[in-house]
Amino acid sequence: MIITEWLPEIFLVLMGLAVLIYAVLDGYDLGVGLLLPMDNEPQRSQMIASIGPFWDANETWLVLAVGILLIAFPEAHSLVLRELYLPAAFLLIGLILRGVSFDFRAKAVTGHRRLWDHAFKAGSLITSLTLGYMLGRYVLAFQTGWVAQGFAVLSGICVSAAFAYIGGAWLVMKSEGELQIRAAYWSRRAGWFAALGIAAISVMNPLVSADVAERWLSMPAVFLLIPIPLVCLILVVLVDQYLKQVPTRDDVGCWFPFVAAALLFLLSFLGLAYSFFPYVVPGKLTAAEAASATASLQFIGVGVAIVLPLILAYTAFAYRVFWGKSTELKYY
Amino acid sequence: MESQLADVLMLSRIQFAANISFHILFPTITIALAWFLVYFKVRHEISGHPVWMRIYRFWVKVFALSFALGVVSGITMSFQFGTNWPGFMETVGNIAGPLLGYEVLTAFFMEATFLGIMLFGSQRVPSWLHTLSTFLVAIGTSLSAFWIIALNSWMHTPDGFEMINGVAHPVSWWDIIFNASMPYRLTHMMIASGLTAAFLIAGLSAYRLLKGDTKLAPRKAMSAGIVVAALLIPVQIFVGDLHGLNTFEHQPQKVAAMEGVWETERGAPLLLFAWPDEETRSNAFEVGVPGLASFILTHDMNGEIRGLNEFEEEGHPPVKPLFFGFRIMVGLGLLMLAVSWLGSWFLWRRGAVPVWMQRTLVGMTFSGWLATLAGWYVTEIGRQPWLVSGVLRTSEAVTTVPGAQVGLSLTMYLLVYAVLLFAYLQTLFYMARKSVEVEEFEREVDVDLDELQARAAAEPNANHQEAR
Repeated sequence: MIITEWLPEIFLVLMGLAVLIYAVLDGYDLGVGLLLPMDNEPQRSQMIASIGPFWDANETWLVLAVGILLIAFPEAHSLVLRELYLPAAFLLIGLILRGVSFDFRAKAVTGHRRLWDHAFKAGSLITSLTLGYMLGRYVLAFQTGWVAQGFAVLSGICVSAAFAYIGGAWLVMKSEGELQIRAAYWSRRAGWFAALGIAAISVMNPLVSADVAERWLSMPAVFLLIPIPLVCLILVVLVDQYLKQVPTRDDVGCWFPFVAAALLFLLSFLGLAYSFFPYVVPGKLTAAEAASATASLQFIGVGVAIVLPLILAYTAFAYRVFWGKSTELKYY
Repeated sequence: MESQLADVLMLSRIQFAANISFHILFPTITIALAWFLVYFKVRHEISGHPVWMRIYRFWVKVFALSFALGVVSGITMSFQFGTNWPGFMETVGNIAGPLLGYEVLTAFFMEATFLGIMLFGSQRVPSWLHTLSTFLVAIGTSLSAFWIIALNSWMHTPDGFEMINGVAHPVSWWDIIFNASMPYRLTHMMIASGLTAAFLIAGLSAYRLLKGDTKLAPRKAMSAGIVVAALLIPVQIFVGDLHGLNTFEHQPQKVAAMEGVWETERGAPLLLFAWPDEETRSNAFEVGVPGLASFILTHDMNGEIRGLNEFEEEGHPPVKPLFFGFRIMVGLGLLMLAVSWLGSWFLWRRGAVPVWMQRTLVGMTFSGWLATLAGWYVTEIGRQPWLVSGVLRTSEAVTTVPGAQVGLSLTMYLLVYAVLLFAYLQTLFYMARKSVEVEEFEREVDVDLDELQARAAAEPNANHQEAR
């Protein structure tokens, strides 16, 4: 009975989880796409090979997140996508370009591969920018006016930088030699922007939203929350110091930047979640208000409870199969 | 204001039609192609003959490309409900949501994850696990079809729900999923996919043979395509007929439009050709076989078919698209029957098909696409003016987003889809031409056709004959 009462909140948490996993997993895919060096074909192939076996499943987490919004909170789904009609269209075009370029480049007609690599990069950029922009608009509950728009644009840039950051970190983990050194350099630069962006958003958010300010700055919450930005800062500095040392002897700790970046994503996400729970649309609709019929949530809830652990298990299995440095992409 | 809304409705309908038409092309290929790949891989496991692995490697690439296009256009679909048809989820979200959710949970993740292993993992996992991955991808694509067809069929023949304050609430999930038209539609679509993949395989393999490929792989693949098509097409005609009878029972206005029957009549003729005119509500230039439509639909030469005029008040679908779409689908089906049976006869009696037959097969490469699209247009336009039969009208579900925004997004989609479709077709035939030159696809990433041809010219014996 208690579970039935909490179903809307459970689905809200699930949706948040899907968004977080998407941000980390497709975040590194998109980051790799953003970083593609147009002056070096072999490195581009190497980079794309490193995300080859994963991108498709990674993108599915976005479908799940939007799916849960659609299934559990249809009213919020309509409201969000009405407000974000054009950004959503651009996001989809970006995702289409990125997704198909992957296969077209490998099978491309003579001389067209470079063109598809451009499309890959452009698609990744459009996707990252619109995702960030949409997040910015969403956080401010689709307020209009230049402050809100500016905030959304800043969020777009920040999210793109964060993706490039984790994408570079992924490459440091999955590649060797010259590409690894280049990736460390890229990741470091992107990391500064991402950190600056996260800081700016953390400061601006309570300034433009009284509710958020109230949640963060009231006693004694503020003492419990202080560790979040503190740990973020420490992580950013540590990763930066590590990346300066790449390549390390025996490649020791090559996984560290990626794991740290993922942790940073997690903390930023928790920060946002704390600011807005239990709202599906900040300040407008709570989970309970927007939820579908209980019978529907129960029916899909059973499926989630059975299937989600399975998904996590075989996703882990796939990562194990392709563990270690990525090799040349071969179709067999 | 009214005309503005009408514009948004029309633009949104065109956009949805464009998106779903583009999208369905690729699942139609991949649902069945996945099972073909399982077959090729299992043949290789059993016989150990390398030719099956060569066939597999060529077609797994076609699969990967088609799958990627299906995935990206499918994501677009999942956003469309919210962006353009908010009324749909607001009214029937309690039903549609879980069905879509189960598709994501049971199908999308499984196919996407094991696709990675299937495409790139065969040197990292044991062979049986690679075969299993191929199998799981095939299961995933079919499960995906199961859930989405369940939802689509529910929109045609809704069941197992009650309306509370204008919102649909589930009563019986069994009745919702296995609604009246679902088993017929699912079977019809699965076989359509089988035929589409079979003619694609036969056509592209015949193209390789015509381009001078002397290897065993394209001949084996072409035979597999022809034989599977020959086996499936009679079943499809039978199932299609059952589906038609089911529609006649539940959506008589759709069948009336398909058959061009305006006035309720007994002993209705089967119209081979006519020009339906909605102004005069009659047909011009009728050519028909007397009594045959009644016989097919009621199994009685004098059976009654209710005409469109009976449905004028509540609205019936536009007649021309249904009337002609249906004839295109059936015509293509009969052509498939003739070609696949004749081809099988050649294979059986002579062990090969003549060149003119190979050319015909190349011409039929995408016949499955055309027939599938024609069929879907018939059934989906045939649901109009309803979005969910008897529950929700299409016009009630449309967005309030300004028409200009819909116009802009529609233009972008159309442009991107046109480019992608062109690139897809070009790439398939390019891959086929390249495979004529190479023993098998291996380091394909690094080699292009020009390079290969230069290499072949430099050392004429490089092009080894395949082990027989």
